[in-house]
Amino acid sequence: MSLLNIFNQVEISHYIYLSTVLFAIGLFGVLFRRNAIILLMCIELMLNAVNLLFTAFSTYMGDSDGQIFVFFIMVVAAAEAAVGLAILVLVYRNTRKTDVSFLDQLKG
Amino acid sequence: MLTLMIFLPLMGFVVNGILGKWMPKSLSGWLGTATVLGSFVLAVMNFMELSGGTPEIASINTKLFTFLSVGDFHVDFAFQFDRLSAVMTLIITGIGTLIHMYSIAYMHDDDGLYKFFAYLNLFIFNMLVLVLGSNYLMLFFGWEGVGLCSYLLIGFWYKNVDFGKAARKAFVMNRIGDLGLLMGLFLIYDTYGSFEYQEVFRQVFIGTADSTAVNTAIALLLFIGAMGKSAQIPLYTWLPDAMAGPTPVSALIHAATMVTAGIYLVIRSEAIYALSPFAREIVMWIGLATSIMAALIGLKQNDIKKVLAYSTVSQLGLMFIALGCGAYTAALFHVITHAFFKALLFLGSGSVIHGMHHEQDIREMGGLRKKMPITYLTFLIGTLAITGFPFLSGFFSKDEILVSAFSHNPLVFGLALISAGITGFYMFRMFFVTFHGTYRNHHHPFEKVHESPLLMTLPLLVLAVLSVVGGAVNLPHYLGEGISGGLHHLLSYDGGGKFSPILMYPEHVIELSHTAEIGLLAMAVSVFVIAFLYTRNKYVVKGAVPEADADQQGMGKVLSNKFYVDEAYDVAFVAPLEGASDTLTHYVDEKAIKSAVDGVGKGGFGLSKMLSKIQNGNIEYYLVYMVIGIALLLAFNLF
Repeated sequence: MSLLNIFNQVEISHYIYLSTVLFAIGLFGVLFRRNAIILLMCIELMLNAVNLLFTAFSTYMGDSDGQIFVFFIMVVAAAEAAVGLAILVLVYRNTRKTDVSFLDQLKG
Repeated sequence: MLTLMIFLPLMGFVVNGILGKWMPKSLSGWLGTATVLGSFVLAVMNFMELSGGTPEIASINTKLFTFLSVGDFHVDFAFQFDRLSAVMTLIITGIGTLIHMYSIAYMHDDDGLYKFFAYLNLFIFNMLVLVLGSNYLMLFFGWEGVGLCSYLLIGFWYKNVDFGKAARKAFVMNRIGDLGLLMGLFLIYDTYGSFEYQEVFRQVFIGTADSTAVNTAIALLLFIGAMGKSAQIPLYTWLPDAMAGPTPVSALIHAATMVTAGIYLVIRSEAIYALSPFAREIVMWIGLATSIMAALIGLKQNDIKKVLAYSTVSQLGLMFIALGCGAYTAALFHVITHAFFKALLFLGSGSVIHGMHHEQDIREMGGLRKKMPITYLTFLIGTLAITGFPFLSGFFSKDEILVSAFSHNPLVFGLALISAGITGFYMFRMFFVTFHGTYRNHHHPFEKVHESPLLMTLPLLVLAVLSVVGGAVNLPHYLGEGISGGLHHLLSYDGGGKFSPILMYPEHVIELSHTAEIGLLAMAVSVFVIAFLYTRNKYVVKGAVPEADADQQGMGKVLSNKFYVDEAYDVAFVAPLEGASDTLTHYVDEKAIKSAVDGVGKGGFGLSKMLSKIQNGNIEYYLVYMVIGIALLLAFNLF
């Protein structure tokens, strides 16, 4: 039994449940945590929930477009993480903390 | 050549208007004068071509471009130099030149001299468009243009609030008349489908209109326009106030040319008026009422220019009597002679005002004949001409009006004779009080009164000569058939049947027997003599001085207050309008509209103040809002 068949044996609804749960965890993490590193991780989690859904549907429909989208999302997510972490390093140098509440100091 | 004649003054206006500020004063003045003189020379040449050319033609026509073109509606920007326009053009440019020249000296110490000449040139241009346009829309164009120039020049000394108000009054009163004129034009187009004079009159002649009622309506609406411009009851009150402008303006615009535009309009539309005896009757009675009323008011005015202003209104009334009687030639004849002697009188009064350093009250003058001999002499000639001294220009033209009134209705003749008689009283009163008797001004010593410079006296002399010989253009037939009725022949000339004349219908003048005519003349002359002797006895022999306005009693008080017409208009029209404006200002504008507008502003401000609280810099809140927003969007999409 090939690996592909294993995936095919899992019903599409399970993928949907899993990615919904992952997305919800990420979303609540973004909403209720204040540590910027955790926020970035949660955003990553949400993106990957979407990626999972894409690949699942891609296999289910027999159409590779979804998988191509996933590559794009991964590229963007990597860029976003790089920029976000760079900002975070600078913020940490200035404030000695990684709390997102520093952002209210940007208010004019 | 026709185009150049019309546009020369416009060029003067443009050059003086743009560059005048940097030009020396004398250059501005002479430039303005030269353009009008050039127009005059061209007008004479055009007139020669018109009357002396072979084959004889009805008019010289030029089309410059299509003015308006909408669907079937076409109006050309075109000029038509026919015999009526020619007469008007010669008056406008001829007298215009003299008055421009006079103004160089009169206005020499005014800083706005270049502006003055620019406005005067613009006026001449508009007046030429008015009389030379080949259709009613061109006439309207010029009509509005001269109204604008009149407004600008009355309010020329705009720093004086009263003068500015006088200018506004003139403008508003004229607008009322203009509305009538405009509606008349609409009715003409609706009935005859054209604005072109030749086309309209051709159709009037062949009877396109279903009924005479339409022609009567057109005639009356056009007359409302004429009432405004030519200062007839009930729209005359602006003209005396228009004397606020510099005196040359009064002479040119408010005596010689612009105010005769109404007469021109009626003569031009003769074909329409000929078909409506009712409209002519109205014109005649309004003219008569205006003539008598203005003459009466003139009896008690003490401002030298106000007397002349009421005299102008009165003389315009006489012209309308002639028009109402169907004697168009007599009216045009009086327009010409009146232009001569009234311009002369106004310029003479300007010379007096100049010599007295801006004193206008005749009670503050007296005995000026010793100091201002040329002004005195020319003013005397003007006075004699207007009062009908035998064989001066005014004598012939006024008698022709009286004769036409007599042949129409002896009652009208009697009333017109009274009006003409009163002319003698107020003119000689003013003349004697100003130039005879003793000098009465204590603020300004007699030694300082001086004669005006040559630039001012030369136009006076030319106009005096014209006032004497001006009657020659249309001598009465009792002086011999060969030399008489020149103007009449000009207006009814049809080139031996080759074209239609200016006057398409025969004039309603009955040829009186020589005895009857001489009888009428004798009456006119005796009225003149009575006026002369009475005023001479009162103001020269007894040396009376007119009372101040405040000391007037009874009828004199009514007259010096101008029959309280201004006050009545204030009560009837101005006060209710101002009341309505006040109500609208206080209740509608300030209360309702202002609070509504303010409310919108305040509401928006309050809302943004409230909403700005959610932008507090806390990123968690932003994220929550964002999630709520996305959730809502999804919810909308799903359900």
